[in-house]
Amino acid sequence: MSETDSIVICGLKKSYRKDLPPAVDLQEEVRIRKGELFGIIGPDGAGKTTLFRLLATLVLPDGGSATLEGLDIVRDYRKIRTLLGYMPGKFSLYSDLSVRENLEFFASAFGQDIERNYALIENIYGRLKPFENRKAGKLSGGMKQKLALCCSLIHSPAVLFLDEPTTGVDPSSRRELWENLAELKESGMTIVVSTAYMDEANRCDRVAMMKSGRFLTVDSPSDIISGFGKRLFAARSDEMFRLLQDLRAVPDVDKCYTFGDTHHFTLRDCSHADAAVLASQLASCSGHRNVEVKEIRASLEDCYMNLEEK
Amino acid sequence: MKEFNAFLRKEFLHIFRDRRTLLVLIGLPTMLIVLFGFAISTEIRNVSVGLCVPDGDMTALRLMDKIDRSRYFTYVASYQSEEDIDLAMKRGEIDVALMFGDGFSSGLYSHDGSEVSVIADATNPNNASMEVMYLSSIISGYFREEFSAGMSGQTAGALVPNIRMLYNPQLRSSYNFVPGIMGLILMLICSLMTSVSIVREKETGSMEVLLVSPVKPINIVLAKMIPYLVISSAVLVIILLLTIFVLKVPVAGSFFWMILVSLIYIILSLGLGLFVSTVVKTQIIATLICGMIFLVPVMMFSGMLYPIESMPVPLQWFAQIIPAKWYIEATRKIMIEGVSVQYVTTEILILTGMAAVVFAAAVIKFKDRLE
Repeated sequence: MSETDSIVICGLKKSYRKDLPPAVDLQEEVRIRKGELFGIIGPDGAGKTTLFRLLATLVLPDGGSATLEGLDIVRDYRKIRTLLGYMPGKFSLYSDLSVRENLEFFASAFGQDIERNYALIENIYGRLKPFENRKAGKLSGGMKQKLALCCSLIHSPAVLFLDEPTTGVDPSSRRELWENLAELKESGMTIVVSTAYMDEANRCDRVAMMKSGRFLTVDSPSDIISGFGKRLFAARSDEMFRLLQDLRAVPDVDKCYTFGDTHHFTLRDCSHADAAVLASQLASCSGHRNVEVKEIRASLEDCYMNLEEK
Repeated sequence: MKEFNAFLRKEFLHIFRDRRTLLVLIGLPTMLIVLFGFAISTEIRNVSVGLCVPDGDMTALRLMDKIDRSRYFTYVASYQSEEDIDLAMKRGEIDVALMFGDGFSSGLYSHDGSEVSVIADATNPNNASMEVMYLSSIISGYFREEFSAGMSGQTAGALVPNIRMLYNPQLRSSYNFVPGIMGLILMLICSLMTSVSIVREKETGSMEVLLVSPVKPINIVLAKMIPYLVISSAVLVIILLLTIFVLKVPVAGSFFWMILVSLIYIILSLGLGLFVSTVVKTQIIATLICGMIFLVPVMMFSGMLYPIESMPVPLQWFAQIIPAKWYIEATRKIMIEGVSVQYVTTEILILTGMAAVVFAAAVIKFKDRLE
């Protein structure tokens, strides 16, 4: 292990029940550097939460091993817990305690006080300050999330785990959160964050695309996008549902899926069709009106959709 | 220490923020002790008595008058024959009847003596034997007075058993019930309180963040117990005040030891609740286990309702592991008999041992991981 690695995963496996496929089944070695903002993206049920719980020493792995800051997640779990910040996906603070009381409790539970690490949470807590005496259960979703983040940061952890911190949070709060994370990263903290929103993953240094307990790819967002080796098109017409069927029937089309208000599709490697040809083909053969087809650059989500089937 | 204080503060805040639960925790034992102490009583009161005196004998009527004046019995009616008494009993008019033979008064002075039959409705055998016992004691008391006044010396040869009911001379059932009820209520309230405390954090998810902190299981378990120990002590004081001033059952022995034994028992019950809380997954199951599974053995095998000595041997063995059995025994000794502490050392030692085992089990069973 090198000095610059914060988290090293040497294959990790965890299954909850014998008759189910494992929730997490990583086979390769993954290294997360110190001070890296590492994203894990994947749909619900991909095993993101289980992976976090494994790394946060909350569940024991069935196989494989991992270290955090050089400490083994099974053997040295007590030590790991002193330098780890973890924010679960579900709001897990005490609803009957006030904002201030929650923060005080989590600071003292780590043998710290609020003042010592206040600088770290100043930006985030500033927004909560007016509601200091309000019960945590009475806060709005975004405020709860901010408080939970403060509570997981108050002991100045070396590694921060955030499990879907932006789920159920409004867009402006989401943007703020990512700005906060960027600031924290500057302080040298290793941050691992999971999300189901692909657009957020662009803010990470590197992302791991996760599906069925496995990492499909681990790379920086730009490298993942530039590694997308196919031509990608977006199509739209008056009858979107029929268009999806018809596109799938076109022999040149490899994969076709709905993407927002358009359909995205890739072409087979041997095909040389272009947007105009495809558009006229759809209009004449299948009778679509107002057909629009244009070649586009792949986004992370397109990469994910195309990786999936491998 | 700072970590521990933070935990303790948090637990106190949880309890005092939840006023309604706090009210139930204090109100419930108060209600139960009054209910059990007053309403549930095995004493007999206002028993309806029937009479059958074929020849209207004066002595018999005077005796009946004395019985009617006692607070246990009420004279209802006279009947002509045994058949009439039987019918009246079936109709529910009377619970017990006295039947005098012909020439009762004159027979008293004859060599053969005279007879009176006491007929009781034994559908409820406990009540029946109690009624018969009370009646016979009134009857023999009456004749002792009559004869000692009228013909002293003549009955000197007769054997009169001198019965003394020690420690509870008035045979008040509250003397028997109060230790039992205390054992029951303390076990119920204390184990219920703590049984939900850890499992609640599992349900709300706060356990997940709590476990990621470097806090030790023993500190979590202790911090969960101490606030409830404070509440339980308040409950204990309320119960003792109610027993002494409302139920009029005095503490005959040492007050200090009474409190000490109760505190050991409270800690044991709190520990049992914590143990349940570390093992189960939901608050509902924790409540059910404490409410049902703990309650029944305490009622059945603690000697509160049924004497342990008359149980089959395997059940007697089982009764030995019921903490309430030892607590109730100790309380009976200290509170009612008023013996000094050396006679309850066995109970105290056993309760202390049980408390230690239960606490160790709760700390060991407390998983510092999520599974």
